[in-house]
Amino acid sequence: MARLGGCNPRRDRREPSVSHHHRRALYAVAALLGAAAWWLVYRSLEPFGQWLAYRILGLGRGGRAGSAVAFFAFEAPKVLMLLAVVVFGVGVVRSFFTPERTRAILAGRRESVGNVLAALLGVVTPFCSCSAVPLFIGFVTTGVPLGVTFSFLIAAPMINEIALVLLFGLFGWKVALLYAGTGLVIAIAAGWVIGRLKLERWVEPWVYATASGPAAAGADAPLTWGDRAAFGREAVKDIVGKVWPYVLAGIAVGAAIHGYVPQDFMASFMGKGAWWSVPLAVLIGVPMYSNAAGIIPIVQALLEKGAALGTVLAFMMSVIGLSLPETIILRKVLTVPLIATFVGVVAAGILVVGYVFNLVL
Amino acid sequence: MESRLIEILGPGCAKCEMLAKHAEQAAQELGFDYAVIKVKDPAAIARRGVMQTPALVVDGQVKLQGRVLSAEKLKEFIA
Repeated sequence: MARLGGCNPRRDRREPSVSHHHRRALYAVAALLGAAAWWLVYRSLEPFGQWLAYRILGLGRGGRAGSAVAFFAFEAPKVLMLLAVVVFGVGVVRSFFTPERTRAILAGRRESVGNVLAALLGVVTPFCSCSAVPLFIGFVTTGVPLGVTFSFLIAAPMINEIALVLLFGLFGWKVALLYAGTGLVIAIAAGWVIGRLKLERWVEPWVYATASGPAAAGADAPLTWGDRAAFGREAVKDIVGKVWPYVLAGIAVGAAIHGYVPQDFMASFMGKGAWWSVPLAVLIGVPMYSNAAGIIPIVQALLEKGAALGTVLAFMMSVIGLSLPETIILRKVLTVPLIATFVGVVAAGILVVGYVFNLVL
Repeated sequence: MESRLIEILGPGCAKCEMLAKHAEQAAQELGFDYAVIKVKDPAAIARRGVMQTPALVVDGQVKLQGRVLSAEKLKEFIA
């Protein structure tokens, strides 16, 4: 298409022609066929795992090696398939949200409503930890209260689609919903508490002195569905492309635990009886960094072997939601007392969640 | 020959480096006279109104935020 200097091809919309409609119909058919094929492959994974371990490799049924291999051969492709689909879907959803729009929604809001909105938006707004600092500056210097900003920053890494899809795939929708729900509550409550403590004085002074530019152009360009699908595809390439070794490693560890660790082994120190298991889980989890993909298969295996759900959820939230690399990044804009408060409040929230679940479930 | 001032805004993570590399390649293939400047200071980035890094700025205008595109696709933004 001939392009006159400076014109943006996206803004040239031709009238939808007949071939345009045909193309869309073809896309729809292709999508349906793709979905059907995906579903068929997905359903055959468990039998495949069994077949591989017991028929092809000839491992004994009920044996530990057979159990571990069947687990791995089933779970590894299953998780990757789920991941690809969900990351794509979330990529498309995220194309509807930008930090600029989120900021516009949150600026000047009252605290409690703002905290809830910020936590919800934190889940759907595209966020990369490398942009945490410019985003933080952009928020707090344009009227988004500090506590509300924190609600966003807590929700964004903790309630990520990878964690949710893996939890759903491995434990069912109830656990996934539980994780999302409690994660939101922690983000809202911790952000609100930090807001109440009036800790603006503990933000690095130069932050408030920075005059944030108005939302830059190019951030809110109108997108076609083709653009949104491209977002989805990029997300799959980026995220699944980066994360798959961790997923496989995590599933391998899970498979080993599944096959080799005796039943109820974990009950002794991660089970409900051990009251100190929750604080211990949080203490170990906080400095650790793992993406959700790596940690969840391990979580699954621990649960299988008798660890209590509350303890395990607390561990997972601590690993994913707080990490040393993240605090190092935030050190640029937050003084150490504020970072300590931030970590402390979130860890306390996770602790409470862990205890409550161990008591209730 | 046309000239372009290309700035890459970001803290220097792998994505930022890749965007810089692709942008430079695109400018070369378009045959432009160009300079690629990496802006790493977060305050400077925030002052430009950018909240998603890496960001591509061409001649002072923010063209792209939060994504890394291939050199071929970047030509559209640099041209």
